Amino acid sequence: MSIFDYFRNGKKDTASIAKERLQIIVAHERNQRSQPDYLPKLQQELLDVIRKYVDVDQDQVEVQLDNNGNCSVLELNIVLPDR
Amino acid sequence: MAKIIVVTSGKGGVGKTTTSAAISSGIAMRGHKTAVIDFDIGLRNLDIIMNCERRVVYDFVNVINGEANLRQALIKDKRAENLYILPASQTRDKDALSVEGVERVLKELADDGFEYIICDSPAGIEHGAFMAMYFADMAIVVANPEVSSVRDSDRILGILQSKSRRAEQGERVEECLLLTRYNPERVEKGEMLGVKDVEEILATKLLGVIPESETVLKASNQGIPVIHDKESPAGQAYSDAVARILGEEVEHRFMSVEQKGLFQRLFRRSA
Repeated sequence: MSIFDYFRNGKKDTASIAKERLQIIVAHERNQRSQPDYLPKLQQELLDVIRKYVDVDQDQVEVQLDNNGNCSVLELNIVLPDR
Repeated sequence: MAKIIVVTSGKGGVGKTTTSAAISSGIAMRGHKTAVIDFDIGLRNLDIIMNCERRVVYDFVNVINGEANLRQALIKDKRAENLYILPASQTRDKDALSVEGVERVLKELADDGFEYIICDSPAGIEHGAFMAMYFADMAIVVANPEVSSVRDSDRILGILQSKSRRAEQGERVEECLLLTRYNPERVEKGEMLGVKDVEEILATKLLGVIPESETVLKASNQGIPVIHDKESPAGQAYSDAVARILGEEVEHRFMSVEQKGLFQRLFRRSA
């Protein structure tokens, strides 16, 4: 260690930042990977149907598939706009 | 039964071809009949790394299309006795490889007595990379201690676990991690991801750590796989990795900073 290392005190080293960022993105991407391929299309089609009746944004619809043992739950979360 | 090993990474430039050349040479030098196949159709490079670029007559695609037989296309390595190279084609047709064609060539190699078949994957996750990994029994995922490479490695691990033939049959490809261009000094300073960090993020068994070394470029300049350089830390690290592939227990090296002499330490302090 050189004396210059003392100036870094208080600041996180860049390798720790890299590790933290990677852990977050990798966990997120693994979660997406375990979802079936049809989910994005399902989300899009559901959105199209809902839009026929209500004006909702793309990001106001959330589709999630959870597996609990041998039973899967399709969770649909739609935020309707304020009247 | 031949063991099929894919060398893959997702990201380009991390050392797949260098690794394929070194690992295949190392296995062959240990007495096993080995073939190394370049799957990078259109961007053939294994031949130049292994110094046989002027001996290419027929290639992988010629064999698949029946324009040449395997014996005509395989190039015998001049350094390692039991090693044969199957070069990629320079065609621009990316879809020249078919599942059936690749399977036929692999089977023919196995029937011919090859014990190990190393598949050098192209970068990316497209057709060529998929073909290289599909039949693999074992996957060496090459990564640099750097964010984009580690992220791409995780993608590749996901594909191996879902799209490979073994995965389709409900089995698992034996996956392992090879960390290349490792610089223990920078890791110690907190400037580079450490091997434990990468292992933890990817949750994959470590095959080896190849230290960053000037000898790697010198070796490719000459077309001599770096494993032939017995003095080089990178060459020694590859030899260790080969021993592990062959089932030996070898302690990991080159992961920490070497103790420097007093003179060097004084010099570093003042720098």
